[in-house]
Amino acid sequence: MRFLTILFFVLWELSIPALAVEPDEMLDNPILEARAREISRELRCLVCQNENIDDSNADLAHDLRLLVRERIVKGDTDAQVIAFIVDRYGDFVLLRPPLQTNTLILWAGPLLVLGVGAISIFVFMKRAQRRSALVLSDLTPEERARVQSIIENKE
Amino acid sequence: MIIELGHFALILAFCMAVIQCVIPLIGAERGDVGWMNVARPCALIQAALIIFSFAALMYAFVTSDFSVVSVVENSHSAKPMLYKISGVWGNHEGSMVLWVLILSVFGAMVALFGTALAPSFKARVLGVQGALGAAFLLFIITTSNPFRRVFPAPVDGNGLNPLLQDPGLAFHPPFLYLGYVGFSVTFAFAVAALLEGQVNASWARWVRPWTLGAWAALTVGIALGSYWAYYELGWGGWWFWDPVENASLMPWLAGTALLHSSVVTEKRGVLKSWSILLAILAFSLSLLGTFLVRSGVLTSVHAFAVDPRRGIFVLLILAVFVGGSLTLYALRAPLLKADSFFAPISREGGLVLNNLLLTVAAATVLIGTLYPLILEGVDGGPITVGPPFFNMTFGPLMVALLVIMPFGPMLAWKRADLLGAAQRLWWAGLLAAVTVLTVLTIVRQGPYLAALGIGLGVWLICGAIAEWTSRIKLFSEKTSRAWARARNLPRSAYGTALGHAGMGVLVLGITGVSAWRVEKIEALAPGQSMNVAGYNFQLESIAKVQGPNYWANRAVVQVTQGENHVVTLYPEKRSYPVAGMATTEAAIYTHWISDLYVVLGDRQGTPESGAWAVRVYRNPLVDFIWIGAIIMALGGMISLSDRRLRIGLPARRRVVPPSAPLPAE
Repeated sequence: MRFLTILFFVLWELSIPALAVEPDEMLDNPILEARAREISRELRCLVCQNENIDDSNADLAHDLRLLVRERIVKGDTDAQVIAFIVDRYGDFVLLRPPLQTNTLILWAGPLLVLGVGAISIFVFMKRAQRRSALVLSDLTPEERARVQSIIENKE
Repeated sequence: MIIELGHFALILAFCMAVIQCVIPLIGAERGDVGWMNVARPCALIQAALIIFSFAALMYAFVTSDFSVVSVVENSHSAKPMLYKISGVWGNHEGSMVLWVLILSVFGAMVALFGTALAPSFKARVLGVQGALGAAFLLFIITTSNPFRRVFPAPVDGNGLNPLLQDPGLAFHPPFLYLGYVGFSVTFAFAVAALLEGQVNASWARWVRPWTLGAWAALTVGIALGSYWAYYELGWGGWWFWDPVENASLMPWLAGTALLHSSVVTEKRGVLKSWSILLAILAFSLSLLGTFLVRSGVLTSVHAFAVDPRRGIFVLLILAVFVGGSLTLYALRAPLLKADSFFAPISREGGLVLNNLLLTVAAATVLIGTLYPLILEGVDGGPITVGPPFFNMTFGPLMVALLVIMPFGPMLAWKRADLLGAAQRLWWAGLLAAVTVLTVLTIVRQGPYLAALGIGLGVWLICGAIAEWTSRIKLFSEKTSRAWARARNLPRSAYGTALGHAGMGVLVLGITGVSAWRVEKIEALAPGQSMNVAGYNFQLESIAKVQGPNYWANRAVVQVTQGENHVVTLYPEKRSYPVAGMATTEAAIYTHWISDLYVVLGDRQGTPESGAWAVRVYRNPLVDFIWIGAIIMALGGMISLSDRRLRIGLPARRRVVPPSAPLPAE
């Protein structure tokens, strides 16, 4: 799994393997640091395959982690920090795509499929019921009474 | 010489595959038995040729024949033997040969053991298999030839990517491919059934074992990959919603749906066309996965455009087989008539709901995986679809599915009594509720959702047990008679219960590690220590050690809990000079039900300080994730051994890899 991530490592940063968050990056205040970690998990390392900046070893991720902490120390709220980063790097940096015109199908898609699926099943069941009723209506009244009594005895 | 023979065998196999496709299909259409019978020898010869070809390639890797390009690019004389062998499929060309190898061996198995199949049906199944084989063999021969020579031969090779030099990953691709390619057989059965224009109970009985086998192999393959990511990538995650992971999850979801719908088709003769569609979808998603991973389209649409030869070829294969089968489906599916009816509340109804949720989940993963690619393709702006999206969409669907799961097996066919099912599950529900309350009282400050997650896991496990006890009437009749029932219970019932319980174990693992993981990162000099979750981790020393094809900084970390010494851990940071790469080797120790996970980071501060970054995690219940997956796969295998599934076919079949080409080690 993640072959491409690995390939990317190979190409990108042969000899600079750092390891995600480093002790010297971290804030002394544990509450602020926890917020920084939380925000980091929502932001993508732009030069990696599908990795958040908290997990990534790339230099860019390192810079972004410092930037996030800098903004937090300056008193930004979580939303402001994220907005600050998005202003500079675009929507691409968000691991949770924002709900806007070009992501409408993305967010609505699963609901749409669920809706279509549910309606198809409803229609299918209705049709099947009608067909089974049709089978019964072919019978003479005596036969139908017999079928009815058999069904009732069983239950 | 052996290399050229292997190459030649591959080309011959292609010719065989073309004959296996064309002649039997025409024969089946005309009703010409002679033409139909061509399929069997073709399938056998094709398999023999590909086995030989694969063996020749393996010979090149084992003997480190550096006049072969793919050996140069992916092997090295100093590499341990296991990785020389796994290097055969640890690269694009070799992995495609493994793909057709499994395909042709499965084809040969259908040819050998499918004696109970109607001649025309068997000819069509093998014909479709031949078409698949021909397409992929042509792909290998024209775009990804593993037998290409290089002159002059270099002295040594480039080595296999160090991250891939790992036992977990050595066996990950073969299992994954057994799953992907296993679905090719159900696909061939589906297309053949559409060509024949009929689906009956025996069709479903044929499709079920192949689905079960492919599904179990895929489950193991995904679990292996996830476990590998957990211990090798060094930050203790186990699932990343990476497109490559999603590529294997989608066929798994569709396969799980097929597993359930084929039961309905077999037992009740309904949902025929739906089962056919799922069989087509499961394999189409496998093909899509192959395309996504093999074309380079994932890195970027633009990277794909730079060298599109392979990508376009696979896309073409995808278009022909998916498009062709779906067109055929649209034409023929209306001919398939249901044999019976069912009420909304019934076992059938439950399975329909199961299928709805599973297919919507698969569609969600598909949308999330492809959307950014498509948007980039139409210049809609680059966006990222990451884990938060999947957790928000896929998560609720799965939770809904799991909450209703224990009810399914309790419902009667045709028309069921929901209240009765609930009555038989009351104690499972009670236990789950008690668990939720207990967890809430133990961990006061939340996260509260975690208590529900643990409760859900307990609900699934107890639900599976309740299904078993109510089937053998353990509490309602004499115990001796219950045991007699337990012995006579079909194995597929045990398989179902195990599969569902395994899912419960998996849920416990996911909840535990997501909610209560503890993480700490500190710079430690030798002699210093840190406290994590009641354990003391002391960095005793760090020394350079030499491995077979790497050197490493290895730390000695003493873990103590109070007065007691728990374990000595040796996390490493390795350098592979041939590849010019470094990897981290996490040290993992399972203490009670938590993993202690230690990773050695970089040197910190000035060289004199001697400090290193050390990350420590405590991951509660994390191993339950893979244990659960293995239990599920085991359930699949036990179902597979059910006598009823062997009717019409001899005992020896599927997931066991073919003996000749895949080494035991």
